[in-house]
Amino acid sequence: MAEAYPSYMSDSIRKVEASRSQRLQRDLTELKMPEEEHDSLLNRYHPDYRTEQFAEVRVGPNKGDVMPREIVKLLEAYPTVRPEEVNLDEIDYDVEVLIIGGGGGGTVAALWAVEQGIPPEKVLIVTKLRHGDANSLMAQGGTQAATAEEDSPVQHYLDTMGGGHFENKPELVKALTEEAPMIIEWHRELGVMYDRDENGNMMVFPGGGSSRKRLHCAEDYTGMEQMRVIRDQVRNLGIPVLEFTPAIELLTTPEGAVGGALLWNLDTHQYYVVWAKTTILSTGGFGRLHIQGFPTTNHYGATADGLVMAYRAGAKLRDMDSVQYHPTGAAYPQQILGLLITEKIRGLGGQPVNKEGEVFVFPLEPRDVEAARLIKECEDGKGMETPYGVQGIWLDTPLIDAIHGEGAFARAFPSIARLYKRHDIDPTEFPILVYPTLHYQNGGIEINGNTESSTQGLLAAGEVSGGVHGKNRLMGNSTLDYNVFGRRAGIQAAERAQESIEVGELTLDHARRYTADLEQAGIDKSKKSPLILPEYRGKRTLNRLLDFPL
Amino acid sequence: MNENEQDQQMVWLFVLDRPYKVPAGLTIQDAMEYAGYKLTRGVGCRGGFCGACATVYRIEGQYQLKADLACQKVVEDGMHIVTIPFTPANKKQYDIDAPDMKADAGILLSYYPMVARCVSCNRCNNICPQELEVMEAMNAILQGDVERTARLMFDCIQCGLCSMRCPGEIPQFHIAQLARRLWGKYGESPDQMLTKRLGEITAGKFDEEYDTIMGAGREELQAMYDTRELKLA
Repeated sequence: MAEAYPSYMSDSIRKVEASRSQRLQRDLTELKMPEEEHDSLLNRYHPDYRTEQFAEVRVGPNKGDVMPREIVKLLEAYPTVRPEEVNLDEIDYDVEVLIIGGGGGGTVAALWAVEQGIPPEKVLIVTKLRHGDANSLMAQGGTQAATAEEDSPVQHYLDTMGGGHFENKPELVKALTEEAPMIIEWHRELGVMYDRDENGNMMVFPGGGSSRKRLHCAEDYTGMEQMRVIRDQVRNLGIPVLEFTPAIELLTTPEGAVGGALLWNLDTHQYYVVWAKTTILSTGGFGRLHIQGFPTTNHYGATADGLVMAYRAGAKLRDMDSVQYHPTGAAYPQQILGLLITEKIRGLGGQPVNKEGEVFVFPLEPRDVEAARLIKECEDGKGMETPYGVQGIWLDTPLIDAIHGEGAFARAFPSIARLYKRHDIDPTEFPILVYPTLHYQNGGIEINGNTESSTQGLLAAGEVSGGVHGKNRLMGNSTLDYNVFGRRAGIQAAERAQESIEVGELTLDHARRYTADLEQAGIDKSKKSPLILPEYRGKRTLNRLLDFPL
Repeated sequence: MNENEQDQQMVWLFVLDRPYKVPAGLTIQDAMEYAGYKLTRGVGCRGGFCGACATVYRIEGQYQLKADLACQKVVEDGMHIVTIPFTPANKKQYDIDAPDMKADAGILLSYYPMVARCVSCNRCNNICPQELEVMEAMNAILQGDVERTARLMFDCIQCGLCSMRCPGEIPQFHIAQLARRLWGKYGESPDQMLTKRLGEITAGKFDEEYDTIMGAGREELQAMYDTRELKLA
């Protein structure tokens, strides 16, 4: 034990071990918090309710709305590119569909646009990192689809609406839940390997806030398995992908419709102009903004670029006051701080336990409730403090093998086992320390059932969009979201390809107008966005930077 | 990040042979950033899933060339590193729905005949940051066992280090991708419950229930939610 954890934690670990067999026998549904108590818990302990961390946006379509300060700072910033710096008459790429973002949503959209008849060469995926290096690929737990006998798509609808505090957009939730089984079948036909039981039947697992077993998993590599299969399919079809080429601004027609984007080569720093009949934004979320200083589960490029670009082009956002903190991010050791510890561990019987060895919460509450309850326990002084001052709650992982037999943890959670093995911790022997971590952008660009934003020519799918999850997303609904709405975006783009849409001249007029609005509001001119990548360089370097042309 | 060097133990990291003093305990990626690098290549998910940050290293005084993921591996004193942000390797294009496709090793060999060039040198296994049995997975193809290949390579993050090290020029990570898709599509059978549920949805079995629940007012919906039965056993 001395090697796995600092010696001062030994007493607490012994208490966790001592209470294990008793906790194992206990029916934890008795700990389930009555729905009427959720509000007061969230109010007091959920980070979304710390009003001083929020601010009103002073410009744009959502002027007056309250959002996290970090988002407001990006929306209230000037375009990085000045219109006079670029020549938009020279078109580098002329396509039917431009897909900005190479994660799950964009990749699924590309496949369905081609499936619906758009020639592969008339589709273009652009992405700031490599194709597939996205939150989609990091999803561990699974994808919800109501396939079990005792389940139904309508039950899935009810769980999703309740989890989202009934603030979700009903037509989107219907699409999400009704099309979920079809998505699983589509994956199967593409060759995605989901977990099967000994008879070859697909297994379903429980998730937080869900009233039935509904999660379809591929070990704890569900997102990776889905992503690498759909990416492989894009490569087989020859759909063009530009990697390390983020979009830095959308381009609009004199009528205000989106007609493409301005791209930037991360290696050579030159720009490219894309002309597109339809532009799909699938740029994902904002984890790397580290809202309220939280560590994050998100990939390196999750900097809300899509939100910023769309907002300048007039797209309305929604539910931007709502942020998802995953209840269980790694709290120890420091090297893995904030990384995702999948909810599936609690789905298979893992229990959050305080430093006294007591289980204090139903392990499968909706995420916001579970996270708030863990924060409360730490604030009540029952968390385990790490050597670097971060609090943690024990997640009693040895329970998995105790319940399901030796080897069960290794089979179900190979990625978690690997993560800890590097730091000499065996989660089948010792519990692991967790604390809520910044995980998901619940809101985003408002879309309708066809993924259309409020700006002509601009569609959005996946985490960048809002409305599907209301004020809180359930486990297994994000991978489902990018599949259902990525597909719908691809189909919608193919339908638009049939219409006689004239894009005409491309401009940065919207950026000029937005700049004028910022100036009128008296906003500091030194702030620029989109961010593209977060800043993690050491202070000593940043203090001594000189930017010379070479 | 704490930059007060007096308070912490420091180690030497050599990035493309330029030495930097960095705090012990940082991952290679964090250490590079501490040293002042703005990472645009050789970086991706930063959680060990995407395979973008394969990094080759050697420790001063040792002869072995090792490799790992820069986002996961903690720096060691005297570590010389070079990141491999891209692996040139040939992926074959194929139509997974083509009539002759099946969960058969012959398909894999027809697309990737170089599998037969494996000399069992074990280098792929030694370099794999996921510690997979890559060599056994390739040999399973020669033994006609596609499922074994698919399962042995299920946790592959496609960083490409195996193929960079392979004297037989075998693109193991691409081959494994085809093996998994063949097994997932043709090896496993359709799921009976899923097929049944799809039929029910197509037949409109849930249409009425959707109409009811979507027509319900917020309080009514809240009551349905609060009183719903949990069936998780």
